[in-house]
Amino acid sequence: MHHVDTDILILGAGGAGLRAAIAAAQSAPELNIALVSKVFPMRSHTVAAEGGSAGVVQSHDSLENHFHDTVAGGDWLCEQDVVDYFVSRCTPEMVQLEHWGCPWSRKPDGHINVRAFGGMKIERTWFAADRSGFHILHTLFQTSIQFPSIRRFDEYFCVDLLSDEGRVQGAVMLALSTGEFTAIHAKAVVIATGGAGRVYSQNTNGGIVTGDGMALAYRHGVPLRDMEFVQYHPTCMPGTGLLFTEACRGEGAFLLNKNGDRYLQDYGLGPASPEPRNKFMELGPRDRLSQAFWHEERKGNTVSTPQGATVLLDLRHLGRAKIKERLPLICEMAEQFMGIDPATTPIPVRPAVHYTMGGILVDINTASPLAGLYAAGECSSVGIHGANRLGSNSLAELSVFGRVAGEQAAKFAKMAGPAKRSTQTEAVEAKALALLTQKGDGERHATMRAEMAASMEKGCGIYRLGPEMRETCDTLANLKQRMAGVTLEDKSRVWNTDWITAIELGYQLDVAEAMAHSAIAREESRGAHQRIDGFEQRDDARFLRHSLAHYQDGGPPTISYGPVKITHLPPAQRAYGALGEQADAAARATAGNKDVAHV
Amino acid sequence: MSEVPTSEIMERTKTIELRVLRYRPVSDHEPVFQAYQVPYSDDMSVLQVLQSVKDTQDGTLSFRWSCRMAICGSCGMMINGDPRLACNTFVRDLAPNPVTVEPLRNFPIERDLVVTVGDFVKKIESIYPYIIPKTPKSIEAGEYLQTPAQMAAYESFSDCINCMLCYAACPQFGANPDFIGPGAMALLQRYNGDSRDGGQQLRLDSIAGEDGVWSCTAVGVCSDACPKQVDPANAVNQNKTKSALDFFLRFIRPKDQGAGAKS
Repeated sequence: MHHVDTDILILGAGGAGLRAAIAAAQSAPELNIALVSKVFPMRSHTVAAEGGSAGVVQSHDSLENHFHDTVAGGDWLCEQDVVDYFVSRCTPEMVQLEHWGCPWSRKPDGHINVRAFGGMKIERTWFAADRSGFHILHTLFQTSIQFPSIRRFDEYFCVDLLSDEGRVQGAVMLALSTGEFTAIHAKAVVIATGGAGRVYSQNTNGGIVTGDGMALAYRHGVPLRDMEFVQYHPTCMPGTGLLFTEACRGEGAFLLNKNGDRYLQDYGLGPASPEPRNKFMELGPRDRLSQAFWHEERKGNTVSTPQGATVLLDLRHLGRAKIKERLPLICEMAEQFMGIDPATTPIPVRPAVHYTMGGILVDINTASPLAGLYAAGECSSVGIHGANRLGSNSLAELSVFGRVAGEQAAKFAKMAGPAKRSTQTEAVEAKALALLTQKGDGERHATMRAEMAASMEKGCGIYRLGPEMRETCDTLANLKQRMAGVTLEDKSRVWNTDWITAIELGYQLDVAEAMAHSAIAREESRGAHQRIDGFEQRDDARFLRHSLAHYQDGGPPTISYGPVKITHLPPAQRAYGALGEQADAAARATAGNKDVAHV
Repeated sequence: MSEVPTSEIMERTKTIELRVLRYRPVSDHEPVFQAYQVPYSDDMSVLQVLQSVKDTQDGTLSFRWSCRMAICGSCGMMINGDPRLACNTFVRDLAPNPVTVEPLRNFPIERDLVVTVGDFVKKIESIYPYIIPKTPKSIEAGEYLQTPAQMAAYESFSDCINCMLCYAACPQFGANPDFIGPGAMALLQRYNGDSRDGGQQLRLDSIAGEDGVWSCTAVGVCSDACPKQVDPANAVNQNKTKSALDFFLRFIRPKDQGAGAKS
C-alpha cells in the first residue's frame, strides 16, 4: 500500500471533476489537489455529449424563462432555490469556457450562437457543432494542465472511500497498470464520477459509466436521492443505443412513424407545423417523446429493423450543407455505423437510457451529509433536474456545480485539521484482493451484468408495473448474493480488467437496487417515472417529495422522503404544444402576475 | 414491459476468426498470437467482437474502450496491420478472412492490447495546450468575438480525439520516441491558430529542438490514419514554415524583442 497525503481529493476527471479541480486551484493555490480518474481525463464520458449547454443570452429570453422551463420540465420535483442559483450562473460559466478556448459555434458577427432544444421556451443552447461535450472536456483538461497544484492520478480506480469520526478522510485506489493500491488521505473529497446508465442494456453511455461514486457514497451512509428517475433519450441508434443528439430536432428534424406521420401530434404535443416551434412536437421534452415511442410501438406504427422497432429521424429537408455544418458527428455516425446518408435517408432511432436524474444527496453548496464530502455533475442530486432533465442542462450543471464543489472543498480543506491516516486501508485492500482470489462456483460476472441490465429494462423502463418492478428487485437481490460465487478468470495484477469490471458490477448492483426500490415505492406517475398499474396520475399530495434511498448492508435499501423546496413557482399542470400555450394564457389571465407559471 | 423486448440483438449467424496478439507481463516472455472463433452479425464492430470474446470466452483478454462512438479515443489498435479505432471498424468489411488485432504500433505494450499512453500525454502537456490570452478580459465583459473565418483557422485541429493512431502510423516516431509527433503538433496549431491566443512564441520555442517539428520527414501517413480528418501533417508543415521563419528572425533581432507571447 502506497500512501499519499493531499488537501483535496477529486474522484473523476470528466467535466465536473476538472471544473472542480480548476476552481480549487484558482481559489486556493496553496492547497494540493489529487485528481483521480479510472481513465485518462479526455476519455471521460462528458466527451460524448453532443447538443450543447444552456445559458441565457438572447434579449428576449430571461433567467426566469430558464427557471420555468427547468422546473416544469422536471415536473416540479426541483429544488427551486438551487435552480435559481443555477440559471444565474450558467451564462458566466459558458463565457468562462469561451475564454479558456472552447470553440463555441459563432454567428457571422463573431458572437456565440445558440440553438433550440427540447422543452425550452427560447433558444439558449450554446453549442460547438454537435461535439459540445467533447470540446468542453478537452478545453477543461487542457486548461487544467497549467495549474501545478493539480496532481493527476490517471487510470487509478477507486475501490473505497475512507470515512472516520463522522468525516470523509480520503479513498483507496487501485492503479490499473500495476494492480497496486494507493491510499490518498485528504481533508476534503469531491465525487464527480458521472452517471450509471450502464445498469441498463440499451444505453447511450460509455462502458465506464457504472455509478462508482454513487455506490461509494451510498455505502458510506449518504442517501441517493430521486434514483427512480432515469432518462430515456428518444433518438438513439437501435442495437447499440448510441446517441443522435436532440440538436437534430433543435435544427428542425422531424420524427416520423412507419406511415410517414409526425405522430407526436397524437400525444398532446401538436399541432404540427413545418417550421420548428419551441416546446411543440419534436421540441417537446425527452420523457414525453420516449413515452410516445412506446405507444407507437404498441399501435404497430414503428419500423422494424434487425435491431428492433424504430421510428424515423428525418433531417432531409434541412439540406446537406446545414446538416454537415451543424451535425457533422451525426452524419459520421449514421454513415459509418448504419450506412445511411442523413441528407437522403431518414435515420431509424429508438429510445435508450441516457441519464441518471438522481444521485448523491447534496445541498446548494454541493455538500453531502458526510462532512468533507462533496459531489457534482451526473453522480450528484443537487436538485435541478427533478423528475426529468431538460436537454442542455447537464453540461451547464457540471460547469456551474463543478466550480462550486471545487471552491467549497477548498474552503473546507482550509479549515479542517489534517486527514487521519485511517486504519481502514488494509481492510479495503484485503476486500478487493479477496474478490481477485475467491474460489466461487465459476459463474462469469459478464453473464450477471447482462441479467441485471435486462432486468432493469424490463422492470424500470419507460412505463412501469408493480409486479415487474418487484421482479427486478428480486433479481437484483439474487444477483448480489451470487457475487459471492463469482470466479475471476484473470488472477494477475497488471491491467486486470476482469477484476475491475467485477468490482464495477458490485457498484452497479447497489445503484440499480436504489433505482428499483425507489421506483416501486413511488406510487404515482411523474416525469420519467410512469406507471400503468393504477398510479397513472401525478399525486402531489403524497409524492411532491424527493425519495431518499438508504443503503443497508446485506439487504435492500430503505426508502424515505424529503421535502421539495418551492420558492415561487407552485406546481401546475405540465403541458406542451397548444395545451401548453393555453395553460400559459390561462395562468396569465388569472394571476396577472409575471411570476406565474407560463409553462 | 415484458411483451416487447426493449433491446434486441441481431442474430449472430456467421463466425469470424479473431487473431489477437496477447502479452501478459508476468507469464509471457514475448507477445504471442491467440485465435478465437467468434459468432458475429453484420452490424458488429471489431470492438464488439472483442467484448464478445471477453464476456463469453476469455475473461483474461485486456483492452481499453469506452464511448463506442469514435469520440473518446480509447480503443485505437492495429487491425489487419492498420491503426484503427476498433469501435468504428466493422467486421463485415473484413470478413470472411481472419481479423488480426495487435496493440498500437510504436508504443510499449503494458498488457495485451493496452499500450503506454503516459508519454503521449506528457507531450501534449509540454506544448502549453491552453489559451494564453492575447488581451485579458473579464467574464462580465462577455465572450471574445471570433468570426467563423477566424474559427476555421484552427477548428479542424481542435477535433483531435488523442487516439494516437497517427503516432502508430508515423515512421519518425517509431524511430525516435522523443519526437513530439503529429497529434501534439496538431494541438499546438489548434492554439497557435486561435485569434484569442497570444502564446505562439512560447509554443514555437517548445518544438524548435531536434525532437520537435524538424524531425518530421513529411511522409503524411499521419493524416491518412486520422479517424477525424484533423490533418496533423498540415499542422506540422505550417509549423515548419513558422519555425524556419522564427529561426531566421532571431539573427535579425534579439528574441526578447521578437514576436513574443506577450507582445
